[in-house]
Amino acid sequence: MKSGAVAKAALAAEPSGSPTSALAIQNLSMRFETSEGPVTAVDDMSFDVPVGSFVSLIGPSGCGKSTVFNIVGGLLTGHAGSVRVGAETVAGPHRAIGMVFQEESTFPWRTVIDNVAFPLEISGIGRDERHEQARHFINMVGLHGFERRYPSELSGGMRQRVAIARTLAFQPSILLMDEPFAALDEQTRLLLGDKILQIQQDLKQTTMLITHNITEAVQLSDRIVVMTYRPGKVKRIIDVDLPRPRTSEVITSTAFGAYVAEVWNDLREEASRGMADAESASQMRPSRRS
Amino acid sequence: MTRSRFRLDTDVLARVAGAASIVILLAVVEILLRTGMLNVYVMPLPSAVLGSFGRLFMEEHLLRRFLLTFAEALAAGLLVAVVGVAVGAALYRWKLLRAAIETWVAAFAAAPLVLAYPLFMVIFGRSALTIIMLGFLAGIAPVILKTVEGLAGVRPTLLNVGRAFKLNGRALFWKVQFPAAVPTIFVGIRLSLIFSLINVVGLEFLINFGGLGQLINELAEQYDLPGTFAAICFVVIVSVVFFVAVERLERWLRPT
Repeated sequence: MKSGAVAKAALAAEPSGSPTSALAIQNLSMRFETSEGPVTAVDDMSFDVPVGSFVSLIGPSGCGKSTVFNIVGGLLTGHAGSVRVGAETVAGPHRAIGMVFQEESTFPWRTVIDNVAFPLEISGIGRDERHEQARHFINMVGLHGFERRYPSELSGGMRQRVAIARTLAFQPSILLMDEPFAALDEQTRLLLGDKILQIQQDLKQTTMLITHNITEAVQLSDRIVVMTYRPGKVKRIIDVDLPRPRTSEVITSTAFGAYVAEVWNDLREEASRGMADAESASQMRPSRRS
Repeated sequence: MTRSRFRLDTDVLARVAGAASIVILLAVVEILLRTGMLNVYVMPLPSAVLGSFGRLFMEEHLLRRFLLTFAEALAAGLLVAVVGVAVGAALYRWKLLRAAIETWVAAFAAAPLVLAYPLFMVIFGRSALTIIMLGFLAGIAPVILKTVEGLAGVRPTLLNVGRAFKLNGRALFWKVQFPAAVPTIFVGIRLSLIFSLINVVGLEFLINFGGLGQLINELAEQYDLPGTFAAICFVVIVSVVFFVAVERLERWLRPT
């Protein structure tokens, strides 16, 4: 229960719903009905994403991170508590929020430029104009020269950058990303992290990242929200005071190491609980040989 | 550079080998027939089949018949694609409808519908319309089933992308779900066209009306074996033209 007290203290320091917050999550809870009875996936979570800041939500697998992602993105309803963008309550996909998904999400039947121009096409912008704008975002993610390629001709990291450029072209005030680099190798992940840092600094883009990767969270964030394992609660909120502008070089600094250790200290217990849970679940399963 | 040339070479080689294998097969048949190991009263000489093309063009209006069969198959094919995709989309949209009739549609695909041709003749007369309608009904099932499968099989993430961009139901369908389902739908369309074409030619043969099917019927009755086989070759050409056209259409609709 100590962790709860720490969380409350952190919350008190930053009153939720303050005018500087782009996104305010208050007392968010979500229960699912399963065949084994109701399961609480998210339990009374509250935190803010200040305007222009980068906030990561980190937790072990199965802690309800993706549930939070889907609720904030408006794809999942039926929760208790509130998600607010400015003065508006999110109840369905919100114009201010742009989502980047963990899974492969580019449209395979569209070229890179037509993928990126997709949100502009929907809002009725003419072909030349939207291609012009799309080119800007394609350059931003470093895919200049690949405009006419199809996603099948690109690597996983490049496809994820197309997806990010497409969401940026939507010009959301809040960029919401669910483990966008989970399927990529560590080196690509660090380099893409650089890209994200650069974009975030250029656009002053308010960003909320869902991740289970500690280095990624420390590398990118101004603030890290650590979640508990099942039910997902706010365990602690850590403000990351590393210099900006930042690059992936930051990972060699001592301060970086200290933050990683701090987050891991909080996560370790949760991750072990998650692992123990997974192991007991696999023991319960009847062996194939018997 | 060397690599692309190598690829070009294998491509050309494959085509040459494909053509050569047909020539060799025909040559073998020719030799077997000429040496008496195969009976010329059962199988015509390939050279005689080739030789009869000119005669069929001049005396049997082969081109006109070819175009008629092609037009009937095209009409049946278009009906199949338009109605089949629409019905498939409706089955996908209304779950109750799908639960109620999807099995019946699948069973319908296996029915030897061509045997019901007298009914069609009573309704539509001994006309091209009878042929088109039977070709259409015989081919409809695969498109319906594959359309349902394609629409239901779209990855949820792609739909969520559309939702996150605030697409409404109709835009979500036309901008995301339908294009995502196109490859599966075209598997159905290809299968359907095969069924349609078989039934179109089969019915022309059965009711002795129209294009190539009727020609095959007449030539067979006259025991004109080279002519019969030559006419069958033209049915194959119709099917090849359709196959290529569908492939082009798919690439245009959904380039990858």
